[in-house]
Amino acid sequence: MTNSSSPKRNEQDQPETSGPVLKSLKTKLSKPEDAEKKIVGKKLKDVEISVPIVYGNIAFWLGKKANEYQSHKWTVYVRGATNEDTSGVIKKVVFQLHSSFNNPTRVVESPPFELSEQGWGEFEIAITLHFHSDVCEKPLSLYHQLKLYPEDESTSLSIKKPVVVESYDELVFPEPSESFLARVQNHPAVSVPRLPVGFTLPTPAEDPSERKRVDTKDHPLTQWFTNFSEADELLQLAAARQQVQTHIAKLRRQITVIEGQQQQLKPSSDQ
Amino acid sequence: MDAKDILGLPKTPLSVPPEKKSQPKKDSQRKPDGISREVYALTGGLAPLMPSIDSSYLKKRPPSDEKITWQWLPFTNSARKDTLQLYHWVRVVNGVPPTGDYSFAKYNKSIEVTKYTDEEYAKHLTDPSWTKQETDQLFDLCEQFDLRFVIIADRFPSSRTMEELKDRYYSVCRSILLARASSPADVSGHPLVKENYNASQEKERKRALSMVLSQTKQQEKKDAEVLAEAKKIAESRMAAKGVEESVMPATENEFPETTIDHNDTLVSLSNVRLAPVAAPPSTLVIADTSSTLASLRMLPVYLRTYALEQMVQQASSSAGLRTIKRVEQTLQDLGINLKPRVPTKAVCAEHLELRKEILTLLNLQKQLQYKEAEGSSLREGTTYSEMPGTPKRQVRDHDRTFIPDAMSFGGERGGRKDPKRKGPGRVSETPSSPANKRPRKMKASDL
Repeated sequence: MTNSSSPKRNEQDQPETSGPVLKSLKTKLSKPEDAEKKIVGKKLKDVEISVPIVYGNIAFWLGKKANEYQSHKWTVYVRGATNEDTSGVIKKVVFQLHSSFNNPTRVVESPPFELSEQGWGEFEIAITLHFHSDVCEKPLSLYHQLKLYPEDESTSLSIKKPVVVESYDELVFPEPSESFLARVQNHPAVSVPRLPVGFTLPTPAEDPSERKRVDTKDHPLTQWFTNFSEADELLQLAAARQQVQTHIAKLRRQITVIEGQQQQLKPSSDQ
Repeated sequence: MDAKDILGLPKTPLSVPPEKKSQPKKDSQRKPDGISREVYALTGGLAPLMPSIDSSYLKKRPPSDEKITWQWLPFTNSARKDTLQLYHWVRVVNGVPPTGDYSFAKYNKSIEVTKYTDEEYAKHLTDPSWTKQETDQLFDLCEQFDLRFVIIADRFPSSRTMEELKDRYYSVCRSILLARASSPADVSGHPLVKENYNASQEKERKRALSMVLSQTKQQEKKDAEVLAEAKKIAESRMAAKGVEESVMPATENEFPETTIDHNDTLVSLSNVRLAPVAAPPSTLVIADTSSTLASLRMLPVYLRTYALEQMVQQASSSAGLRTIKRVEQTLQDLGINLKPRVPTKAVCAEHLELRKEILTLLNLQKQLQYKEAEGSSLREGTTYSEMPGTPKRQVRDHDRTFIPDAMSFGGERGGRKDPKRKGPGRVSETPSSPANKRPRKMKASDL
């Protein structure tokens, strides 16, 4: 079933299950899908696509081979959180290094989006993600502080064990275009919220199986990657909230008690 | 400098850059020879930037081949209309007196006041409010006093305001200019033609200026305050406009409130809100959340951490800096990272809710303190000695018991908690009897 020309206008209100997660979905007809329009299709409101990514660096001490100017070999990268291929979303990544490097602006146009260098200093790297035109027109910048030396100063430098610093974040596309949505609907790296019943998408133009997939799982550095799981964090937060809520309830009780007591005091003090 | 010498305090270092070795610095520290110290101190203790007269110039002797004499000679001044001859000293070189006009004659500049003939007057310059005689008088005075209208206005025989005189003068000049011009294009560049004198505008301008100059200090202060307030409001309005495309009625209502009271700052307004109860501003808070959400939706792409930051900022917007620090402290005590390590959508939502709940908690704590203080002041008449101490004690325990509880994650409720627990609990046990005596006794025993 393909919706080719003018899609129906669907207005459905979904009951809100948990807070801000699911919102009522509406499709809006923003522009007709004429051939003359260069901009891709229509944008969908309230369907949010989020792409979890991890960015950071791994640094190996060079040991005997280290000299004053090149003591470490490091790699800065951006990867999908589950090591899946992000090339469907990210077109290219620009790493802006310290000005002391030759050609400090390094562009990586194909996955894996990483850059390896040798050096001695720690500095802030500006990572600019450029997306495909149907994903997002504007680039997004992240900042990562390159770390070469371990946090704990007492640990001796080892050639085998690298220093790994990674940050987890999610790219949120609040109004994704239809073609983007169609393309990534079944993509493992991308999480798409449940679409309402009756909402149909045109089948993706390209066959997913034909897509070039760089299997990032075989990356040599994979063994050092951190596994970010939200479960622990959620658990912690839930416990904390529980505590706070109990306290709130208690305080509220105390306040009512005191208020009640003060009500009684008032007539007595008049006596 | 004297006082510091006496006290033995170190002299303040000078900001003179020590370019010329250390000469300038030394010169100002010690008394230079040749001029007295007080005079030197007048210059600020620094050497002058440039020597006024080059000392080598003073030492120069006049060239020996020239013979210089000074003679008392008569001279004429071309600036004078009469033939008055005055005398002065003249430097004569080798017997030849200097030639040329009196050296100051060139400074006798005068303004060219236009002159009109009677015919021209009759043709172009007649004006209902001005007689020919008056106009002639005006022009004479203008010539005499070089267009110094202040003097002219003073000297003018019939009383006319300066603006009127100026107006008449400039319009006459303009008309003559236009009349005499061979073609309008020639004179179109002339300032009089391009921008004519506007009497009413001038009056207004002078009035406004005199008002500004005669403002008292209080008025100045008030004006400055109002302007700063207006600027703040305008800026926040711009920010709000930039952030939200969709107009939220609740947020729009905020601004009229702040414009009313000029003397309060925006901060004080929000503090007033925070003090009594946490409930009423909730509608406003909700409205602000959706504006933040709306602004996020406007972005083509954003990071989850960025979104969380924005939401946290918006949620804490009603809280002062100290409260925000307390929230963060509480988070740390609970063992939660200030920025979640795995910021997924669910985690961020939970984090935000937790922060909001902590804010509510802190507000309630404050409220409780407030209520207890109130309660103690009510009971003050009968139990004077004890009461002032008790609310403080209660409050202290209050704050302290929260944190150990937090550390234990709701596990052991230690003995620490009991004194506080008993306090309000005990009060509730004695409803009918005069509430003063019993609680006091029990509290004393509790120590």
